[in-house]
Amino acid sequence: MLIIKNLHAEVEGKQILKGINLTVRPGEVHAIMGPNGSGKSSLASVLAGKENYEVTEGEVIFQGKNLLEMSPEVRAREGVFLAFQYPIEIPGVSNINFLKTALAEIRTYKGLAPLDAKEFLRLSKEKQKLVEFDAKLVNRSLNEGFSGGEKKRNEIFQLAMLEPVLSILDETDSGLDIDALRIVSKGVNKLRSADNAFVIITHYQRLLEYIVPDFVHVLYNGRIVKSGTKELALELEDKGYDWLKEEAHENAPTI
Amino acid sequence: MMTPQDIPLYEEVVNGFNRLSAADALGRESSDLRKTRQSAFERFRESGFPTIRNEDWKYTNIARFLKEEYMLAGEETVPVAENVRAAMERARITELDAYTLLLVNGVWQKGDAGELPKGVELLTVAEARQDPALSVYFERPADGRERYFAALNTALFSDGLFIRVDAGALPEKPIHIIHVFTGDRNLLVQPRHVWVANRQAELKVIESIVTAGGVTAGGNAKIWVNSLTEIIVHQDAKVDHTVVQTPGEGTRLVQHTTVRQKRQSLYNNYNFTFPGSDLVRNDLQIRLEENHTETHLYGLYLAAGQQLVDNHTLVDHQKPACFSNELYKGVLLEQSTGVFNGKVYVHRDAQKTNAFQQNNNLVIGKKATIDSKPELEIFADDVKCSHGSTVGQFSEEALFYLRARGISEDTAKGLLINAFAFDVTEKIKDPAVEAHINQLISQHIPLTHV
Repeated sequence: MLIIKNLHAEVEGKQILKGINLTVRPGEVHAIMGPNGSGKSSLASVLAGKENYEVTEGEVIFQGKNLLEMSPEVRAREGVFLAFQYPIEIPGVSNINFLKTALAEIRTYKGLAPLDAKEFLRLSKEKQKLVEFDAKLVNRSLNEGFSGGEKKRNEIFQLAMLEPVLSILDETDSGLDIDALRIVSKGVNKLRSADNAFVIITHYQRLLEYIVPDFVHVLYNGRIVKSGTKELALELEDKGYDWLKEEAHENAPTI
Repeated sequence: MMTPQDIPLYEEVVNGFNRLSAADALGRESSDLRKTRQSAFERFRESGFPTIRNEDWKYTNIARFLKEEYMLAGEETVPVAENVRAAMERARITELDAYTLLLVNGVWQKGDAGELPKGVELLTVAEARQDPALSVYFERPADGRERYFAALNTALFSDGLFIRVDAGALPEKPIHIIHVFTGDRNLLVQPRHVWVANRQAELKVIESIVTAGGVTAGGNAKIWVNSLTEIIVHQDAKVDHTVVQTPGEGTRLVQHTTVRQKRQSLYNNYNFTFPGSDLVRNDLQIRLEENHTETHLYGLYLAAGQQLVDNHTLVDHQKPACFSNELYKGVLLEQSTGVFNGKVYVHRDAQKTNAFQQNNNLVIGKKATIDSKPELEIFADDVKCSHGSTVGQFSEEALFYLRARGISEDTAKGLLINAFAFDVTEKIKDPAVEAHINQLISQHIPLTHV
């Protein structure tokens, strides 16, 4: 589904990603962990198409197409979804109109007729229930005055509504209390299927207790320095990242 | 600089005034009104048309419009032709339950009126100014300050709409005034309106300003509208006043509104300007003449093309314990120019004044500009006053967020403009009017304009 090859990217002339290789297949959940500043969120931004990142080398193939050539909206319509670490507040744009617009544009892109008001309402109700999203928030301005947890839950609600193929969760667990974390995880687990995939970027192992990954990768200094299964996450929780940093330096190519 | 003699319109209005002063043109107007006209015309002759050297017109250069020739519109009745009907239909507000009045070039088409409100006196100004009992509303010996267009209007006005709401009357429905301007040659039209809400009365007015067949069916004729509205809000009365400006290209719209508020009165103004008219200049002056008044001014201007939209507001706090709040927002597309000048004047006696003002602008066109100037002059010491002015572009973060959900860049920008305007549109109390304004916004915002 997603093949990342030797991906290099920089922002404002500073090299952030220094050769990422990653393959994600349908049905898989990949966790990407790593210390602060290792490039986790940058990888998410590059995949979603944020314009201040410049890809200097490598390629990203998504369902056989060159992802890097697509605008952010086309990536979304093709089925890439980024759950933002810091969802933006947009006063004056109602949550529900925003979703209606997004869904309509995605469906048009796929050659489907837009849902009528009734169908949309039914879908919205169903997904609200699925991810336990408060109906009152649905009609409010997009994220305006939402608590940190409500914003993250709104991201998952949007994910449920738009039904992407590949979901990238960028530190969705940060700022969540244990109850919110449980609800968000439950939502994600319900949305998992054999046809879609998740890339979960997180700092802590905590989230992975609820959303069990098939693979865990450690990102350090712009590269994936170690990959494993969920046991790797436990090991990281135990030992921290320092042992990996040392290992990474030992393995770094000498100049 | 152009001298008055270089301005064709100047000669036309001088001749026009001489014609009007001739024996019976002014009919049974009171001698005080004639004096008022005479002194207003002298003030106009002194001031001439404004140039950018006049402080109040510093950012609003009308020189290019003054090169055109105009005829003074006479008192003749313009037939309500097909194109006027079409313009009227365009101005209608779906779902709005209102008393609808049609004015063509400032002349109320009485024959056209359907049901009229109870407890409300409605007259043409042509009738009212001939009535000795009403002429007091047209004589303004105390106010010798007006110049430029306002003075010109006082000197030469002929017709408009006179509304007087009886004390304690609460008309069930709002009055929707549809102003259609039209002409088969370049015309200067100068309507004058006087509206009075007596004690404890309520008046809700929605004005829609349109032109017929942009401007004429014939093609290139231009219309210069120089209108003046005086509103008196008596003690404990409430006036809700909405203005929707959507005239077409070839229109020069200069609208002067003076509101006088008495004790514990409430006045709300909602002003919406949309692309079309080449020049829009709004002068909105609120005179708080007694204590404990409340005033809300909301404005939204959406400018495109070469359009020049200027909003000058004045809130004149003359007496203690009055409250005023003002929020104007502007979206400048293409090569448009916006001007906002918000003056708040707090007199020495006006203690316990609360006066707030905010102007925010979204400058989208690469060649669009805005001049925003808050002007606070405060001579009392126990007051709460604030003002703020911002100029910005689209938030890149917000745009990316919307696009990352599959929304195209143009649609995302449209959503953000709507969101920007929302602070003003949400203040509209009537849902039908709110929907109408939102519809007008979306009509101009599939962003082919950017």
